[in-house]
Amino acid sequence: MERYYQKEIETADREQILAWQNERLVRQVRHVWDNVPYYRAKMEEKGLSPEDIKSVEDLRKLPFLTKDDLRDAYPYGLLARPLKDCVRIQSTSGTTGRRVVAFYTQHDIDLWEDCCARAIMAAGGTEEDVCHVSYGYGLFTGGPGLNGGSHKVGCLTLPMSSGNTDRQLQFMVDLGSTILCCTPSYAAFLAESIHERGLRDKIKLKAGIFGAEAWSEEMRQDIQNKLGIKAYDIYGLTETSGPGVAFECSQQTGMHINEDHFIAEIIDPDTGEVLPEGSKGELVFTSITKEAFPLLRYRTRDICVLTREKCSCGRTHVKMSKPMGRSDDMLIVKGVNVFPSQIETVLLEQGYPANYQIIVDRVNNSDTLEVMVEMSPEHFSDNLGEITNMEKALVAALKAMLGIYAKVRLVAPKSIARSEGKAVRVIDKRKI
Amino acid sequence: MTISQISVFLENKAGQLADITGILSEKQVNMRAISIAETADYGILRLIVDDAPKASSILLEQGFILTMTPVVGVEVPDTPGGLSKVLGIISRARIDIEYMYSVFGQKDGQACMIFRVADADGLTALLAENGIATIAGEDLGVH
Repeated sequence: MERYYQKEIETADREQILAWQNERLVRQVRHVWDNVPYYRAKMEEKGLSPEDIKSVEDLRKLPFLTKDDLRDAYPYGLLARPLKDCVRIQSTSGTTGRRVVAFYTQHDIDLWEDCCARAIMAAGGTEEDVCHVSYGYGLFTGGPGLNGGSHKVGCLTLPMSSGNTDRQLQFMVDLGSTILCCTPSYAAFLAESIHERGLRDKIKLKAGIFGAEAWSEEMRQDIQNKLGIKAYDIYGLTETSGPGVAFECSQQTGMHINEDHFIAEIIDPDTGEVLPEGSKGELVFTSITKEAFPLLRYRTRDICVLTREKCSCGRTHVKMSKPMGRSDDMLIVKGVNVFPSQIETVLLEQGYPANYQIIVDRVNNSDTLEVMVEMSPEHFSDNLGEITNMEKALVAALKAMLGIYAKVRLVAPKSIARSEGKAVRVIDKRKI
Repeated sequence: MTISQISVFLENKAGQLADITGILSEKQVNMRAISIAETADYGILRLIVDDAPKASSILLEQGFILTMTPVVGVEVPDTPGGLSKVLGIISRARIDIEYMYSVFGQKDGQACMIFRVADADGLTALLAENGIATIAGEDLGVH
């Protein structure tokens, strides 16, 4: 039997959803106009005033917001409520120059946790469950989001955070965890560890909610088989709150977007034109209920497809496919956003040639990141120890910039392939 | 009295070493000693050749990265304890050896070792004081 956290909302008819969206959008536009000079300037640039936005139909008149806007406005430029009304910040996994800090009022936290609660109940969660949250806790939204959702459902919540496999498995066995929340690659790793230690019969997991990075259908099957669970996808981004913007139901055929909180559009990433339902394009979100950090027409850069086909789970909210790629050069490695430009910055700072290549792969269901760097006369020495020390310094600088480990491979000069005079910067070997 | 060694950056991939030896043989450069220091991904090829300036300009032209390093060639009696005696002298003088390797076919009864230390001239003098001969480049066919 399908379970819902907020059945009336999740199964509301289209007219009702549209009525909510119309009313909330108009109110949200007025809210940012009144409180965020940055938005007002952007709207005025287009000759718009709040009166021009009367319904969702008018949404396409509004200018887009991009990650660059968020960077320009860092830290307070898009804040729509006084700081005294805010109770929390979360931040993106990124990184110098690209960091996004999102603010939340208590109301914003409540709605975010509601969204996560919907995801947990869609995965079969009830107050009888033991919800094992192995997303990172802290600035990353994964841990806090699912933690809050788990409380709302009434599960016994294990705030495990990531890492320390022994402890993860011990709690999983001793406390009988039934729902696992983490990144799919960590789930695959834990599944492997459970298998290796012969613990399969001692665990009680029945479902997993895995997100924050791309994963394939094959990976889903693999995790499901190894753990004997159903594995559900969840989508979100710090900019719009965190995980729970969209989540999978029992059908596992796409993620329902919480349309009472977010309006989704698909656009042509090159022209910005809104595309009809069923088209593949860039996903754009407008948050219509957030108070502190509302985003209008935020370009996610994720490429996907939306469908309003009736879902047998009974939910009426639009479904999005798994993201099929990016419309910019951002890579998501181990759930962390990586831009090639960040790697380039580090190389130049350390005096290496800017000719490099990034190789991303997935080994045993875990992402790997390797940076190929051409050796230069300035860095070469007859002393192997000196070269290894320089290599270590580069690895440390990359770690400081990216937040994750990147292997450095020193290669012969001019050995990195160039096509049409321009180097191929990124080779993504992952089959997702 | 030091010898000029060529140190070349070598990526650990098939054919790198063959490329270098091929280029040198084509240009009639004779190798007198060779040694490789390596990590999993890359290494340093150390060469003593008959014509170091010629070899280095050929390799540079081909896009290799290299550096010239002064090293000391030492004549070691080809008998048990021969090397040990030399190392004992160096050790007592508290000189660090960065690396060492041997040279191809020497005259009867003598082996030749190449030593890399921070102060090559200092080592030459130390060995001379202890009655141990260092080898001039010419003795190795280096000109």
